[in-house]
Amino acid sequence: MSFLGYPRPKGLVGVRNHIGVISTVGCANDVTVWITEQAKGCASFLHGQGCTQTQPDLDQVTRTLVSLGWNPNLAGILLVSLGCESVSVDEIAEGIAASGKPVDKVVIQKVGGATAAVEQGIRIVKDMAVKASRVKRDEFPDSELMLGVKCGASDTTSGLVSNPVTGAACDLLIDSGGSCIFGETTEFIGAEHVLARRAATPEVARRITEIVSRMERRVTAMGVDMRGGQPTVGNINGGLSTIEEKSLGAIAKGGTRPIQAVYEYGERPRGKGLFIVDTPGREPEFLTAVAAAGAQVIIFSTGLGAPQGFPFVPVIKVTGNPNTYSRLPDHLDIFIELNNKNSIAKMGQALYQEALAVASGKQTKAEISGYGNFPNIFTIGPVI
Amino acid sequence: MKQKVVIISDKDNVATTLTSLKAGDSLELEIDGHQKVIKLGADVPFGHKLSLARIEPNSPVIKYGEVIGISTAPIEPGDYVHVHNIVSARGRGDLEGGEK
Repeated sequence: MSFLGYPRPKGLVGVRNHIGVISTVGCANDVTVWITEQAKGCASFLHGQGCTQTQPDLDQVTRTLVSLGWNPNLAGILLVSLGCESVSVDEIAEGIAASGKPVDKVVIQKVGGATAAVEQGIRIVKDMAVKASRVKRDEFPDSELMLGVKCGASDTTSGLVSNPVTGAACDLLIDSGGSCIFGETTEFIGAEHVLARRAATPEVARRITEIVSRMERRVTAMGVDMRGGQPTVGNINGGLSTIEEKSLGAIAKGGTRPIQAVYEYGERPRGKGLFIVDTPGREPEFLTAVAAAGAQVIIFSTGLGAPQGFPFVPVIKVTGNPNTYSRLPDHLDIFIELNNKNSIAKMGQALYQEALAVASGKQTKAEISGYGNFPNIFTIGPVI
Repeated sequence: MKQKVVIISDKDNVATTLTSLKAGDSLELEIDGHQKVIKLGADVPFGHKLSLARIEPNSPVIKYGEVIGISTAPIEPGDYVHVHNIVSARGRGDLEGGEK
């Protein structure tokens, strides 16, 4: 099967044609917003990190911002820097430039403050947007796609219906030679043995167990039962009693194919197939990780109705809960009805077709409403 | 509305309801190849779990054919199963003491 996408350097293919306006540090967010609002075709990336953190976190921010710049849904990138932050805007720009795409920067303290930075930034992104508008969609095989999969605001219908159907769509893309990526390591707790059985090599199995133990240690270090935080109060109201129950339902969204590799937060996978990225389950941090991995489309399975998308990656909202679908029509794209006539495989086919349509330009509800402009970057250590 | 209850694996000792059930409702279910009638001991809301068997305290509660938690009280067939009578075995910093 095929889709209509935008050709990018290095053989990559985008499904959107945005100019990315990316803050290197939380202190640059306002200027990033002002530039983005003034130029059609721009998408911002805002976050709260990039300064007064320990080196492992600063490395994670740098790696994540470089990888976001590589996402093929971006035709060009403007970095917005304050100037005195801990991460280096030049190092990030250099990393993105290796993608072969245009990248520029504006440094607020260097150009004389916010007014000058906004003016300079608008001129840069307008020029990039005009050039990007000349790139035309062309037909590409679906093997050029990487699908990110996520579940959020889950209830028990997620594990029974929308997650297995999302997994069936993943299997179709993997069988076509494409890639899928999932994560939410906290939601592997109690199900890691099931995932480890699907690892392509013993080393991948060891890595799955390792990232789960690492995440669980961070949680238990707080000295409390994590129930209420995971599963969330909403999950519990939706019928999920424990993290193990949530995890066993959550992993269904990754399908059934072998897991080829486990990546750190902000890394870009090499090769094709099914991948895991080590992330928490929370939306702002997770969606950033799969966008950084290079996913052009995200399928987001929800029970209670999570509204958010991502600034430059279309997010398809799918639910198996009929009450949620009728209550939140402006947030949900697809309803899957569980009945005897609709097999998981057949519903997976329909969801996969929707993913190809969205890849080819069909707008998602989150894109139309512009819901999802507040992502974040996962931190592993303290703010200091 | 017709009662719809999902049992995922033959090993499971709980089922998930896709309708809201009332205390006293009778369910005819096929459990591990046998027809069985289960009488609800409590209301069970949409998407929540009911017990299919007697579960002793401090025993595994099974869904998806895997352990989803440990019972904290005796659970009878048809009882509502949720946070009031099962706990997680994982992520329990409260039991492990945390880092002081």
